[in-house]
Amino acid sequence: MSYACALGASNYVFPDLRTLLARASPDRAGDRLAGLAARSGEERVAARIALADVELVRFLGETLVPYETDEVTRLILDSHDRAAFAPVASMTVGDFRDFLLSDEASGRFLAALAPGITPEMAAAVSKLMRNQDLIAAARKISVVSRFRTTIGLPGRLSARLQPNHPSDDLTGIGAAILDGLMYGCGDACIGINPATDSAARALLLLERIDDLRLRFDIPTQSCVLAHVTTTLQVIARGGPVDLVFQSVAGSEAANRAFGVDLALLDEAHSAVRGLNRAPQGANLMYFETGQGAALSAGAHHGVDQQTMEARAYAVARRYSPLLVNTVVGFIGPEYLYDGKEIIRAGLEDHFCGKLLGLPMGADVCYTNHARADQDDMDNLLTLLGVAGCAYVMGVPGADDIMLGYQSTSYHDALYVRRALGLRPAPEFESWLKTYEIMDARARVRPKLTGRSAKLLGRGAS
Amino acid sequence: MTSAQEDFWAFLRAATPARIALGRTGDSLPTRRVLDFQLAHEQARDAVHAELDADALGEELSAWTPAIVHSEAADRTSFLQRPDLGRALSPHSAKALIPGNYDVTIVIADGLSAAAAQTLAPTVCRMLLAQDFVFAPPVVAVQARVALGDEIAVAQGARMVVMLIGERPGLSACRSLGAYVTFDPRPGVTTDAGRNCVSNIRPGGLSAEEASSRILAIMRLAQTIKATGTRLKEDAALALTAPQNIS
Repeated sequence: MSYACALGASNYVFPDLRTLLARASPDRAGDRLAGLAARSGEERVAARIALADVELVRFLGETLVPYETDEVTRLILDSHDRAAFAPVASMTVGDFRDFLLSDEASGRFLAALAPGITPEMAAAVSKLMRNQDLIAAARKISVVSRFRTTIGLPGRLSARLQPNHPSDDLTGIGAAILDGLMYGCGDACIGINPATDSAARALLLLERIDDLRLRFDIPTQSCVLAHVTTTLQVIARGGPVDLVFQSVAGSEAANRAFGVDLALLDEAHSAVRGLNRAPQGANLMYFETGQGAALSAGAHHGVDQQTMEARAYAVARRYSPLLVNTVVGFIGPEYLYDGKEIIRAGLEDHFCGKLLGLPMGADVCYTNHARADQDDMDNLLTLLGVAGCAYVMGVPGADDIMLGYQSTSYHDALYVRRALGLRPAPEFESWLKTYEIMDARARVRPKLTGRSAKLLGRGAS
Repeated sequence: MTSAQEDFWAFLRAATPARIALGRTGDSLPTRRVLDFQLAHEQARDAVHAELDADALGEELSAWTPAIVHSEAADRTSFLQRPDLGRALSPHSAKALIPGNYDVTIVIADGLSAAAAQTLAPTVCRMLLAQDFVFAPPVVAVQARVALGDEIAVAQGARMVVMLIGERPGLSACRSLGAYVTFDPRPGVTTDAGRNCVSNIRPGGLSAEEASSRILAIMRLAQTIKATGTRLKEDAALALTAPQNIS
């Protein structure tokens, strides 16, 4: 089925839904690279005008990636909840935007709606939304996940402590963890990206963090962000695995490029559940995503990168994860060229993730080959804080010395909490107070004379 | 006089090159730390845009009669924005490679840090070339992405490719090398899941000696199981050669 919009003498025709979505997307490098972007500003708006009239049910009938050959499409359609979808079933994409921003669309209503929304619907409506719309709608939705901390509560902002080291050195990682704890970070998790994909090293790292956690009774969870097959080996060796991590993308072929499929993720989910390390009903998975992943694997099926990103959230949603974050500026300028594109993408990903019912965080980040700097990250961090983002990264000095990119720092997490009146996860906040890292006025101000000093005396591993 | 305060755990800084214990003024960074960061960032951006001196590398490895090839990306700007061009061998370069029958080819590529390839790759390359494999003449590749190695290997008739490539510069490390080992590389078909990576080869990270022994372990196991990527775990590779290195 084709879609059209007449503007004066020009009649814009879009042969299918896939093309219509791509042309309606805000301009960005990856869609230009893929040859999918609108060729003019007028064509882009024409596509949006046509898209606004498309009925949401259309997305259940016209697939962007074939059902027969793609397990992500099958997952999306087979798990679609018609009853949850019913309240918006008669809306067009344009109606849906108006509805999301209306007084009727309360947080409670939107939470119930989530299983009825497909990634393609979320992506489509986001293309009609300005940045402020993405913030205003996302802000209404709170998705709460739990392990030893409760993440995503309104008025809270958690931080993943990311103490990476270029050779996975235990002392170096330990020092960065202590620094992060002293700056009030670590309530989302303590998550290490390993320099090499070794089960033996991952096991050792997890054991050390678990020792530290138990010795000081720190309410958090740990994760070594190795490939899922490596984590399965660690589980098989009886390692203290709290969370299974995996990068995921929006098509079967893109996931294959990551070395995973749904069966493997199912296996990992079931294995980590079997460890019984978490309280009943806890969330046990951690996923990272990012626009451009499918295109970079040559597995985007002619679909724009933002829609493919939203499809990755369907994969994540299957496992009721504790943490999901877009690593928004990591993939590079071929996909998101500058600060403007990164900021837009970060807000889109956060909105789409939350609308689909995910506990959405963000790695607010950029690489040195992108046209972006700290000022751009300050902007995105602040905007996401306003939008109700569940967590951000805490990297020492914003400089990840292992992955070679810049994320948000411990200081940045303190800044955004202070500027917006946000607090850490409740369990972690109590711990910060007990250890006198947080003072009576809820400021993170550890003192040499306080209990926090004990962490240093005995904690360096 | 300054309002900025040192952290009382500043002694931990000796334990890691990470930017820990930076101190604070309120919840924010002290002025000096902000400026340090800006300087490092600008230096890293300069590193991204630096060009590889392929002829100098060629001379350094002249004992092995290396070939110099170019991708389809004509310059740095096009390389940064068009990864597809960086993965394709220029037609002229394809003709320059002589087909044979080899176990392995080693490619030194600029990637995102020409300086890393220029200064760190020759040592690793020489260490590998001293080993007991049938090596194709090494290749120096300009404006190259990792997957360019697949096409080079096929053109040379090599069953495995080891790509020594400049990693994206970080603030603390403008010069860091990555090694990607791919068995039976197939241009356009092989994905990242089919490769094994040894990263952070640089002063302060993985030494050339340690990196070479890890790469070699992967190469040996790859030759035995006829695969790389998620089917080959580095633990297993190291266990075959040097079990004491695991922990």
